[in-house]
Amino acid sequence: MPQAQVPMNTGRDLQKEMLQNWYGQLSQANEKGEKVAYLFISGNIMELLKVFDFHVVFPEVNALQCGIKRTAGDMILKAEDLGYSSDVCGYVKNDIGLVANDMTGPFGKMAKPDLLVCTYSGCNTYIKWFEALAAHFNCPLYMFDVPFSRGPETHAADIRYMLSELKELIALCEKITGKKYDEDKLKDILRRSREAEDLWVDILHSAKRTPSPFDAFFEAVFFMAPIYVLRGSQDCVDYYRAAKAEIDARVVSGTCPIPEEKFRVVMEGPPPWPHFRTFWELFKTWGVVCVGSSYSKVGGIWDFGFRHDPERPLESLAEYSLECYTNYNLGRRVEMLNRYMKEYNADALVIHSVKSCRAFSMGQADMREVFIHDLQVPTLFIESDLADPRYFSKAQLKNRIDAFFESLEHHRIVAGQTA
Amino acid sequence: MKTQPDMKFEERIAWCKEQLEDPTLPTLREFKGRNGTRAPIVGNFPVWAPQEIAHAAGALPVTIAGGGSSVEIDHADSRVQSFVCSISRSTLELGLRGYLDPIDAMVFTSICDVARNLGGVFKRNFPKIQTFYLHCPQNVASPAAVDYFATELRRFRRAMEDFIGDGITDAAIARSVGVFNEHRSALADLYTLRREHPEKISATESYLLLRASQLMPREEHTAILRSTFAELEARPTRRRDKIRVLIEGSFCEQPPWELIESMEDAGCYIVDDDFLLGPRWYDTPVKLGEDPIRSMAEAYVRYSVTSSIRHYGDRPRADHFAHKLKANQVDGVIFCAAKFCEPALYDYVLLKDIADQAGIPHLSFEFEEKMGVFETLRTQVETFVESILLFAD
Ligand code: SF4
Ligand code: SF4
Repeated sequence: MPQAQVPMNTGRDLQKEMLQNWYGQLSQANEKGEKVAYLFISGNIMELLKVFDFHVVFPEVNALQCGIKRTAGDMILKAEDLGYSSDVCGYVKNDIGLVANDMTGPFGKMAKPDLLVCTYSGCNTYIKWFEALAAHFNCPLYMFDVPFSRGPETHAADIRYMLSELKELIALCEKITGKKYDEDKLKDILRRSREAEDLWVDILHSAKRTPSPFDAFFEAVFFMAPIYVLRGSQDCVDYYRAAKAEIDARVVSGTCPIPEEKFRVVMEGPPPWPHFRTFWELFKTWGVVCVGSSYSKVGGIWDFGFRHDPERPLESLAEYSLECYTNYNLGRRVEMLNRYMKEYNADALVIHSVKSCRAFSMGQADMREVFIHDLQVPTLFIESDLADPRYFSKAQLKNRIDAFFESLEHHRIVAGQTA
Repeated sequence: MKTQPDMKFEERIAWCKEQLEDPTLPTLREFKGRNGTRAPIVGNFPVWAPQEIAHAAGALPVTIAGGGSSVEIDHADSRVQSFVCSISRSTLELGLRGYLDPIDAMVFTSICDVARNLGGVFKRNFPKIQTFYLHCPQNVASPAAVDYFATELRRFRRAMEDFIGDGITDAAIARSVGVFNEHRSALADLYTLRREHPEKISATESYLLLRASQLMPREEHTAILRSTFAELEARPTRRRDKIRVLIEGSFCEQPPWELIESMEDAGCYIVDDDFLLGPRWYDTPVKLGEDPIRSMAEAYVRYSVTSSIRHYGDRPRADHFAHKLKANQVDGVIFCAAKFCEPALYDYVLLKDIADQAGIPHLSFEFEEKMGVFETLRTQVETFVESILLFAD
C-alpha cells in the first residue's frame, strides 16, 4: 500500500526542517538588504506582507523556540535585569532578552525589523511588546487594531475600520519597500493559504476517530507551525499534503500517538514549552489523547468553516483576524470548547492555566466552574507557565493529573464500562 | 443628617473616607432607595467609560474601582487566579457578596486582558447585571478610528436605550457632556491647586475627594469641589521642606489611601498623579460638534490624557511623560503600580528611562489593595526623599 511507505514522523520532522530553513533565510535578510517585518501569530496578516516580499518574523515563535531549546530562563533573566517585572508575560521578556543578547538565540541570529505590525487580535501585551521594540529599533509600528469578538455576528463597522487599516498598511508597505501593491499576487497567495487550510482541517478532524490517529494538542502544536508562519507559500501546501498523508497512513496501519487510548480530552491553554516532554509524559502514562485544543487555534480557527477567500482578499484578511481564539470573549471560548467536547467525543476537559498569559488564563477558573457545574464535564485544572521554567513543578502537576485520571477511571469502573 | 454640601472640609474628607471603607456602597443603596427603578445605576470598571451616555439616559454612572482593603476575598479566589491583580478579584467579590445589587449595568473596556476577561466573568456570574463591553480603538493614527468608535458608542447608546426603554436625544447627550466638562474642569482646578499650592490640600485629601466623585451624581460633586476651593483659600498653611514628586502607575487599581498618606508623611508633596484617571480623561473640555456622539469619539481618539492602557500612535507616551515631568517641576518620580498590573509594569521600563534621561531620580514599588503595613514603604520613601534633599544642597 502506498500510504504505508509514508514515514511516521513526517509531520514533526518536516516542519522542523522547514523552520530551520526559514530561520536560515531570516538570518541573512538584513545583510542582503531584504525587508523584514515583525508580526504576531494571532490573527496575523502575513499574506499581505508577502505581497511586498517581506520576510516575516514572529517574536512569539522565537520565544517558543527558546522555551523548547531551554534557553528561555536566561533570556528572561536578562529582561528582568532591564527592569521587567517577574510578573509580566515571559514571552515578552524572552524576546527582549534576545534583543539584549545581540539578537542571538538557539536558532541563530535574528534579523532586525524594518516594520512592526501589531495585530491586536491577541492581547494588550502585544501592544506593549512592540512599543518597546519600536523604541529600541527606532522602527515604524503599525497598529492593526482588531475589535474584540463578543459574539458570532460580524459588525459591518468593525470590518470597515479594519479595511481602512489594511489600506493604510498597504500604503506604508509601498513606502518602505518601494514596491507596488499587487492584488493578483495577493489572490495567488491566498489561494495557497486556502489549500493548506483545507488540508490542516482534515488533519484536525481526523481526531474524531476512535482511537485518534493524531494528538490535537501535543502533536498539533508542531503541525500548526507552517500554517501560522509560512502560510501562502507552496512549501506550506506541500507540507500539509505530506502531513495529511502521514495521518492517512496512520489510519490505515492503525498507528496512534497513544498506543492504548484510554481517555480522550480537550485541552485549553498553551503548553509549558520548557518542559514540554515531561508534561506530555504525565498524560501519556494514563493513555490520554488530546482530541481538541484551543492553543492550536490561537492564530486562526478554520475547523468551523472559515477560509481565506481569494475573491474577497482584504475582507477575508480582516475576518480572519477577528476570528482567532485569542480574540474570543469567554462566552465564545466556552462554546468552542464545549463543541469540541461533543464533536470529538471527549471524556474530560483539561485547563492548563499559565501565569504569563492573562489573555488566556484570566477567567479560566470561572470556565472550570461552567464546565464542572453547568455542563457536568469532568475538568482538570492545573497551573504552570508557557515560557518561564521557574513556574513548572513536576511533582505538583503529577499529583493532580494522577488523582484526576484515577478518579475518572474509578468512575468508569463503577459505571460498569471497564476501560 | 448633614448632606455633603453643608459639611466643613474636614468633615467632608472624613465622609469620603467612610464611603471608601464601606464596601456595601451606601451611596448607591441610598440612591436606589430614593429613585427606585426610575433611574438605573450604570457602573463601570476603571479606567474610563462613556459615562456621559449613561448620564444622558437618566442613569447614575458610577465607577466601581475594587473593594479596597475592606472586603475579605472569600468567593472570588475560586474564579480568579492568584497571579492576577487584586482589583479584579475584589470587584468580583463585591458582586458575589451581593454588594453590587443596586447596580443595573456594568461596562468594561479594552484596557487590558484582565479587564477584558473580567467582563466575561461578570456576564456569566451576574445575569441580573447587564454587562457591556466596549472595544476602544488602539489605532489612533487611522483616519477610520473616529468613525469606528462613534459606531461603537452608538451601539452603547442603543443598549442604554433598550435598557431604559426610551430614546436618548442628541440634545440630552450634549447636555451631559456639558455636565462632565464642568466636573472635569473642577477636578483640573483641584490638581492645579495641588501643583501650585501643595501645602493647601494633601494628595490624600484630594484623592479621597476624587474617589467620592465616582459614586455620586456628578453635578453634586462639582458643587462640592467649588465650595471646597473657597474653603481652602482660608486654610492656614505653611509650606514645608518636602520634595515635589509625581506618582505614576495607579490609573486602575487604587492604592490604599494610607499608602498615599505614608508617602506624604515621608516628605513628599505629590504634585501630580494618575490615581483614578477616568474622571480626568480630558484635560480640555470635550468640544461639541453637531453630533455629540461623534464629538465624544473624536475626543477619545484625539485628545485624551495618556496612560498605560492604550496606544497613542505617533504621539509616544514617552514624550508626554517627559512633558509631565517638566510641567510639574518634579524632584522625583514614584512608580507605584498595582502588583500584577501588566500595563503599568511594562510602561515602567520605558518611563524610568525617560526619568533617567531627564536626570530625575525615581523609586518604584508595587502595592496591593489589601496590604496593611506601610512602614517599610515609608522608610523607603524617606530614604528617597533624603537622598534628593541631600543632592539639592
Ligand atoms: S500575554 Fe499571552 S497572548 Fe499575550 S504575548 Fe504573552 S503569551 Fe502571548
Ligand atoms: S490593575 Fe492593571 S491589570 Fe488589573 S485590571 Fe487594572 S489595568 Fe488591568
